Amino acid sequence: MTAPRATSWSFREEDSARIRGVLQDFLREAQGRTALLVDRAGQMLVTVGEPPTFDPTAFASLTAADFSANDQLARLLGEPEFGALFHQGEKESLYLADIARRVILVVLFDNRTTLGLVKLRMKAAVTDLTAIFTAMFDRDPAQDASQVDSAFLGEAEDELDKLFGS
Amino acid sequence: MSLINYASREINCKIVYYGPGLGGKTTNLEYVYEKVAPSSKGKLISLATETERTLFFDFLPVDLGTIRGFRTRFHLYTVPGQVYYNASRKLILKGVDGVVFVADSQIDRMEANLEAMQNLYDNMAQHGYDLPKMPFVVQYNKRDLPNAAPLADLDAALNPGFPVEDEARQKPTPDPYRPGEYLVKEVDGVWIERVPTFEAIAVRGEGVFDTLKAVSKQVLKTLG
Repeated sequence: MTAPRATSWSFREEDSARIRGVLQDFLREAQGRTALLVDRAGQMLVTVGEPPTFDPTAFASLTAADFSANDQLARLLGEPEFGALFHQGEKESLYLADIARRVILVVLFDNRTTLGLVKLRMKAAVTDLTAIFTAMFDRDPAQDASQVDSAFLGEAEDELDKLFGS
Repeated sequence: MSLINYASREINCKIVYYGPGLGGKTTNLEYVYEKVAPSSKGKLISLATETERTLFFDFLPVDLGTIRGFRTRFHLYTVPGQVYYNASRKLILKGVDGVVFVADSQIDRMEANLEAMQNLYDNMAQHGYDLPKMPFVVQYNKRDLPNAAPLADLDAALNPGFPVEDEARQKPTPDPYRPGEYLVKEVDGVWIERVPTFEAIAVRGEGVFDTLKAVSKQVLKTLG
């Protein structure tokens, strides 16, 4: 398998603005309720549309686990991956798609739209987001390192001592 | 692969508790959940079997608060310890920033400890991670049990040390957590480095926060 780069990566404000633009267009066209981006390690990156009524941190970790488990199922079948997953509920449904093997796009939708329309609009969004994220991952993380400095580390260690006992 | 999100001004780090089945990984997380202030913790999620054995993972987010404008969180995960759950164990290591190996101190669990440690190295390598270069600590749990192995035996089996290639680091480095011991030292002409170890009785909470604090501090250092 291709090993991911085991380094930090950063998500800048200009990245967020471009990504939000793509997601807002997608949600409007697909008539979905909420679009979320979650990284494969289980961290929430962006939410657009109706604010989630659930715990977003828990949602992100379960989404990443769900996608990873299905990746392995695909391999057992001899498929390189399942590029997308669909979870159907009575009122609410989820459609999930892979972005550049590092991020998962999730759309939450109800019976105001159809799975067909969501899938159709998702394709263009996935292409646009893949281009944006690939450029982000190729960026040198050292460019952003200056904001996490020794002052940050000192304060973070103090907080750790307070939270976990010194 | 910690994520620094400049847009939402968040830093999230992932710490995984690894080790043999019934070694106390979930107990560590449950104790943290019980003791950390409600404002600093999220929901504890356990994907477990009917008999409360971890099936996929346990997950607990711990919030360090806002530090110099960044909301900083640690995401704590456990893996299922049972040998046959390796596929799910490997998945949880994706994007890991720090590892805690929870060893079961009982003499008759030594083989299970060794097998789990080897499995950890194998799975990390398959993800492209070099474990000795990452934040990594070992917890010797269940120190209160009468059949607990001596620390020296556990060290020899589970934390024998790896060679230090970098000449600048080839100097005696005291172990901040075990007075009189060294993390880096010369043995038979070879410089070796061990990882920090902690004695624990996780059911009573002893050693739980010391372990978590040590690995968290190591992880923070990798962010800069």
